[in-house]
Amino acid sequence: MDGGKKKGNSNVVKYNKWGYIFLAPFIIVYSVFQLIPFISTIYYSFFENYRSGLKQIGPNFIALENYKALLANADIWKYTENTFVMWIIGFVPQIVVSLLLASWFSDPSLRIKGQRFFKTVIYLPNLIMAAAFAMLFFTLFADSGPINSMLVQAGILAEPYKFMSNTGSARILVGFMNFLMWFGNTTILLLAGMMGIDTSLYEAAEVDGATSTQIFWRITMPMLRPIFVFVLITSLIGGLQMFDVPQILTNGEGAPDRTTMTLIMYLNKHLFNKNYGMSGALSVILLIVTGILSFAVYRFTTKQESY
Amino acid sequence: MKKKIVSIMLTAAMTATLLAGCGGAAAPAATDSAAPAAEEAAPADDAAAADTAAADTAADAAAPADDAAAADTAAAAGDEGSVLNVQCWNEEFKSRVTDHYPGYEKVDDTTGKIGDVTVKWIITPTDDNAYQNHLDEILPTNESAAADDKVDIFLVEADYALKYVNADPAVAMSMDDLGIAAGDIADQYKYTQDIVTDSNGAIRGLSWQACSAGLIYNRDIAKEVLGTEEPDEVQEKVKDWAAFTATAEELKKAGYFVESTVNDSYRVYSNNVSAPWVDGTTVKVDPNIEKWVEDSKALVDAKETNTYELWSDDWNKGFYPEGKVFAYFGPAWLINFCMAADTEGSVANAGRWGLCVGPQSFYWGGTWICGAVGTDNPTLVKDIMLTMTTDKAVLKEIVEKDSDCVNSPSLLAELAADTSFGSKILGGQNPYKQLADGAEKVDMSKVSDYDQGCNESFQAAMKDYFEGKVDYDKAIANFQTSVKEKYPELSF
Repeated sequence: MDGGKKKGNSNVVKYNKWGYIFLAPFIIVYSVFQLIPFISTIYYSFFENYRSGLKQIGPNFIALENYKALLANADIWKYTENTFVMWIIGFVPQIVVSLLLASWFSDPSLRIKGQRFFKTVIYLPNLIMAAAFAMLFFTLFADSGPINSMLVQAGILAEPYKFMSNTGSARILVGFMNFLMWFGNTTILLLAGMMGIDTSLYEAAEVDGATSTQIFWRITMPMLRPIFVFVLITSLIGGLQMFDVPQILTNGEGAPDRTTMTLIMYLNKHLFNKNYGMSGALSVILLIVTGILSFAVYRFTTKQESY
Repeated sequence: MKKKIVSIMLTAAMTATLLAGCGGAAAPAATDSAAPAAEEAAPADDAAAADTAAADTAADAAAPADDAAAADTAAAAGDEGSVLNVQCWNEEFKSRVTDHYPGYEKVDDTTGKIGDVTVKWIITPTDDNAYQNHLDEILPTNESAAADDKVDIFLVEADYALKYVNADPAVAMSMDDLGIAAGDIADQYKYTQDIVTDSNGAIRGLSWQACSAGLIYNRDIAKEVLGTEEPDEVQEKVKDWAAFTATAEELKKAGYFVESTVNDSYRVYSNNVSAPWVDGTTVKVDPNIEKWVEDSKALVDAKETNTYELWSDDWNKGFYPEGKVFAYFGPAWLINFCMAADTEGSVANAGRWGLCVGPQSFYWGGTWICGAVGTDNPTLVKDIMLTMTTDKAVLKEIVEKDSDCVNSPSLLAELAADTSFGSKILGGQNPYKQLADGAEKVDMSKVSDYDQGCNESFQAAMKDYFEGKVDYDKAIANFQTSVKEKYPELSF
């Protein structure tokens, strides 16, 4: 046995080489398409670097001027607020509906028929391109679009409601679209987590006379926490990077009065003249904010495990 | 076994969609790969320049070659590039060339042939500045691009023409470079040449259109509300902004909108400004544009018009009788190219539009053809530019087939005098008198390099004000923010 162990150790070294070879494609692709752009984004954020017409201005090193300009302007805080508000409008119903659906689907006593069909159907909206989905809603909710004509003809509204010209309705539309697109995905993730919970726990709880509400809050939720935290953090990052839906829905203007302008839409505005310095600085700020928030959420939601 | 079949089918379906995705992406990928090739070519050029002892020697060596080329154009044309790349943003120029350029054969939707030369149409939409960004990327390095990838012709619009005309180093060929004499292009409206004249006075583009515009009104509504559908009598009702506003009130009582959106009349005001948007690096809102805001706010508040975006589905509604829109402001190309004349049931299809001058003369758009510096088909480029913009037979054909208002005062005068001519869309009206008069009045001296960005930002920002979401000062602040994002070098 001892001899065999020794031989095994030298083999490990040999096999390690293959590990690196198999890893190489990923590392190379990652470096070229992620790491290098990432570093150069940070690097260029310290430069004045944009185009005026066909003329290239810069790159001139200006240290932290881009950051100062961004943070001194109240607009960035407004766009941060917009982003969060729209994310919350979409995320709250999304997590509630997903939890509900996942617990129904995973509950063996309900024996829901056609589970596969429903799982597929609720996932379908995610397969549509966000841009196409936004375009669809843009047409549906246009000032003289079908929704407005129906509401007017049914006598609910006296005249067409300008969904895209009111802060509330425009934000709700964005949130609603994100909810529709992502609740299926979240359901599948949460369902996977719930299926992994040992059924003997449920059986024991039932024998002890626990109600289904008690089972959900005392067994399902605590056992689900790792997946739940994962969903929360990925959704938070996705929410901070919200772009395509509001961009298409508002023609990139963040109308009305820039109240649906998200941080990434703001970044996109700087690409009109290829202002790599300013957009780089904005990306770095976004990276820091995302990092801090993800860390905070992680710490907050996993704290109780170490009591 | 059954599971296996199902899984194989699923895998196949997934692979198929993956490949389908590749199919769509293939074209852009091809252009991308051309870029490195161009970069590879560049160092080679540098090396060649370094080899020659002095730059002068290189220039001398090149000059005889130029002379030789000029001496025997026919032979030179034979030696020229085999691919003519045309950069454009829509199908308009393509269909003009397809229909009217002698010897053009259509191969498929994006390629054609002129003799042995393959013509490639590269269409980039104007949305989000995509077209200009595309040009900005490729034009400065055009000379060193691979022969088949060189841009030969690119099209520009009035709003941003100056940007390419005044570019340093030049990206658009001057008439001298192309070998077009002043006499060749004498029969054109001056404004069409002014807009593409650089700061040294060299003309760097040509247009086949004279885009003077007018008020296009719905004859049925005019007859019902104003009691007449004759252009001269309708003109009396809209002869200035006060009359226009009064007519709007009348129309509102009968349940019609005077115009589809406030953005319709924007160009009418913005073309009659007293100074360009940008003076040095300072942006100024002109009094006439402020008047647009004031008049438009009143119209919107009185529900006499709306705040739709131009080209949106809401805006289009007035092309049909159910839209209840009295008038659009537009040039000839709007009438024949955009107003759904081919669709059964549209106002245009029934020939129920009329054209009058409207409150103020203005122009809208127009397309200019520029020869790209670095082209390897200069002879063909010159011929296309001359044929499409000065050949009277071709221009006449364009008038007859497409009802474009063409860039030839003499031809327009003939057409205006021709009583037998009438536009079907305009119910038999001959619009050329109005259009020719307008073209003479068009003044292109108030344009700046920043017009397109400023105009778009201004209209977008004012929309919130018209809808009562923000006050005027806030709207102006939003406009300034938006301009600052687009042009960091400008101030207020």
